[in-house]
Amino acid sequence: MQTRSGWGNNPRIQSRVFDLQDRKQLAGHIDSTDSLIAYGNGRSYGDSALWEDLVDTKRHKFFLAFDEEKGSLTVQAGCMLSDILQVFVPRGWFLKVSPGTKLITVGGAIASDVHGKNHHIEGCFSECVEELTLMQEQGKTVVCSRDQDPDLFRATCGGQGLTGIILEAKITLKRIESSSLSVCTYKTDSLQETFKIFEQQAQADYSVAWIDCLASGTALGRAHVSTGEFKTDQNLSYAPRRRLSLPFFLPRFVLNSLTVKVFNVLYYHRQLRTVKKSSASLDSFFYPLDSIAHWNRAYGKQGFVQYQVIFPLQHSYVGLQQVLGKIATAKKGSFLAVLKLHGEENDNYLSFPLKGYSLALDFKYEKSVFALLDDLDKVVVANGGRTYLAKDSRVSKEVFEQGYPAIKRFRALRQERNLQHKFRSLQSQRLEL
Amino acid sequence: MNNHLLVIGASSDIAAATATRFATAGYRVSLASRNVNRLQDFANDLHIRTQQAVDLYELDIRDRESREQLLNALPELPSAVLCAVGYLGDQAEAQTELSAAETILETNYNAVCYMLNPFADQFEKRGSGSIIAISSVAGDRGRKSNYLYGSAKAGLSAYLSGLRNRLFAAGVHVLEVRPGFVRTKMTADMVLPEKLTASPEAVADKIYQAAVKKKDVIYVKSIWRLIMLVIRNLPEFIFKRTSL
Repeated sequence: MQTRSGWGNNPRIQSRVFDLQDRKQLAGHIDSTDSLIAYGNGRSYGDSALWEDLVDTKRHKFFLAFDEEKGSLTVQAGCMLSDILQVFVPRGWFLKVSPGTKLITVGGAIASDVHGKNHHIEGCFSECVEELTLMQEQGKTVVCSRDQDPDLFRATCGGQGLTGIILEAKITLKRIESSSLSVCTYKTDSLQETFKIFEQQAQADYSVAWIDCLASGTALGRAHVSTGEFKTDQNLSYAPRRRLSLPFFLPRFVLNSLTVKVFNVLYYHRQLRTVKKSSASLDSFFYPLDSIAHWNRAYGKQGFVQYQVIFPLQHSYVGLQQVLGKIATAKKGSFLAVLKLHGEENDNYLSFPLKGYSLALDFKYEKSVFALLDDLDKVVVANGGRTYLAKDSRVSKEVFEQGYPAIKRFRALRQERNLQHKFRSLQSQRLEL
Repeated sequence: MNNHLLVIGASSDIAAATATRFATAGYRVSLASRNVNRLQDFANDLHIRTQQAVDLYELDIRDRESREQLLNALPELPSAVLCAVGYLGDQAEAQTELSAAETILETNYNAVCYMLNPFADQFEKRGSGSIIAISSVAGDRGRKSNYLYGSAKAGLSAYLSGLRNRLFAAGVHVLEVRPGFVRTKMTADMVLPEKLTASPEAVADKIYQAAVKKKDVIYVKSIWRLIMLVIRNLPEFIFKRTSL
C-alpha cells in the first residue's frame, strides 16, 4: 500500500500500486483486479487519478518513433513533457499545446485534454494527438484516432482515464526557431480593460493574465495580461535550470487573508508602466512554477483546492464579476489567479475549454471554503459555465451535469463497451462518470 | 578514433543509464546482452534521444563461442568497453549446490576476464582505449551473507588492478567502479538506507566523469569509501564475530 494524492494533497488515500513496465503483465493485472485507474505524475489536483488500485505509468516512458519530416513523435504514455522538451527543443521542436507545467505525462495530458496559453489559436492537447493506444478489459489493445473509432478518441481525450489505460500516443510537435520569447505585459485597472486587452490581442500566439483576485470595487478584475511569441534568433539552447525546492509543508497560518492580500497588491504594483516589453526563456514563460519543486506544500499539510471555471463569452463578464466579487468579499483567494480567453470548444465529450473566459485559483483547504465554492457553483450554473475535472475533488453531480451535456454520450460509451466497472476513480464514483 | 562504447551485460539498470550518459556525450553505443529482444525498445529510445547509432548484439558471456561471435560481429574496435555483468545469485543455495556456485563464480569472474582479455590486447596494440568494469563493495571483504559473489568480485578487482598495471604504459585506461547500494530492478524489493543509496543515473554520471578524468577505482557515494575502509581494517578476530 502507498499513500497517494493529487497535486492538491487532498484527498490523500492508501492505494495498491501496479508499476507498468510490461504490457503482458498489465493485461494480467487488469484481469485480476476489480477496478483501477491510471496514475501518471500526480499533477491533476483533485481525485481524478485516485482509487484503491492504481496503475503507475511513469516507468512506461520510452520514445518509440520520430518522423523528422512531419514532427510526429510516438511515445509511451508515461513519458513526461519535460523529457520531450529536453530532447527536442535544442533540435527546433516544441509542443504544439503545452499546459502551465511540463511535469506531467503524455497520458495525463490526454486524459485531461489539457490546454495552454495558445488555446485561442491551437485548441487543446488533443489537437496534436494523431493516434493513441489503450488497453481495456481482458488485455485488449485498441487504437483510436479521429478516423479510427472516433467515438472512443473523443471519449478518451478529456476522459480522465476512464476509457482504459493509455499505453502510447503519436503526437505532432511544432517547429520553433528560438528557445526564448518576446513578451509584452499590459497592466490593466479593471475587468473591463482586462477583457479589452485580451480581445485586442486575439492574434497573439500566447496570452494569459494574472489577476488580482482580492481587488474589489472599481479595481475588481485588474490584471497583468501577458502575450508572447517565439523569437526567431536561431538560438535553441535549452539547459535545465537548477530547481529550488520547498523542503517541507509550510504551517497553515502562513497563507492567510492578510498575506495573500499584501502579495496581490505588491504583485500588481511591481510593474509601473502600463505596457512593458521583455524577453523570457521558454521555461520561465510557460512553466514559472516548475522552478520550485513541491510548491504545493505552501498550503500546508491539509492541502488545497484548485477551482477553475469557464463561462461562455456572452456570460463571461457577468459571471466573472460575480465570482471575483464573492471571493473578494469572503477574503479567500490565492497568490496566483489566472485568467484566459479561450478559443472554440472541441467535440470531445469531457474537455473543459469553450469559447469564453476561464479563471483558475487556489484555496487553502479549510471547511469554510466549501460553502464559498458551492456558492460559486451557483454562479457557474446560472451563467452556463463549467468547472474543470482535472482540478476537481468536490463538485456535485448536479452542477457537473449542467456544465457537460455530452456526459450522456460518455456514459453510454462506457456502458456499451463495458468499461464502467473496470476503470474507476474517486471522481468517477462521485460524479457517476 | 570515433567515440564508441561497447556495453557488456547491457540489460541492467546501471548499464542502461551509463549507455544513455555516454550517448548523450556523443558516443556511438553497442549493447551486448543475453536477451536483446528486451532491449529493442530501449535501444530505439536511445537512438531517438541522442541521434547516435545504437546497435544490439546477442551475448551469453559464459559461452566461449558467443564471446567470439561478438568479437567478430563488431564493425570496429570500440574506444571504450563497459562490463556491467553482475550476478548476485543465492548464497545459501550456492553453498550446497555446485551449479549455483558455478554460475556465480563464472559469471562474475571467469567469463568477465575471458571477455575483457582480447579487448586489453587490442587496446594495447592500438595504444588507446578505456576498460570500465563494475565490481562491488562486496569484493572489499568476504562476508558470510555473500562471500561467493564477493570473492568473485574481489578476483575481478585484482584482475583489473593487474590489467591497469600492464596497460598503463600503452596509455590504456582501466576503471573499476564499486557502486554500493543502487536503486535498481535487482534491489527493488529491498529496503535500502537513503543516504547510502544512489540512483542508476547518478552512478552513470559518476562513471562518465571518472572515465573522462581517467580515475582508477571509484566508489559512487564517497561515504562508501569510508565505510569500506573501516570494514577492511577491522582485525579478523573481531570481523569473524560480526554479521554485517
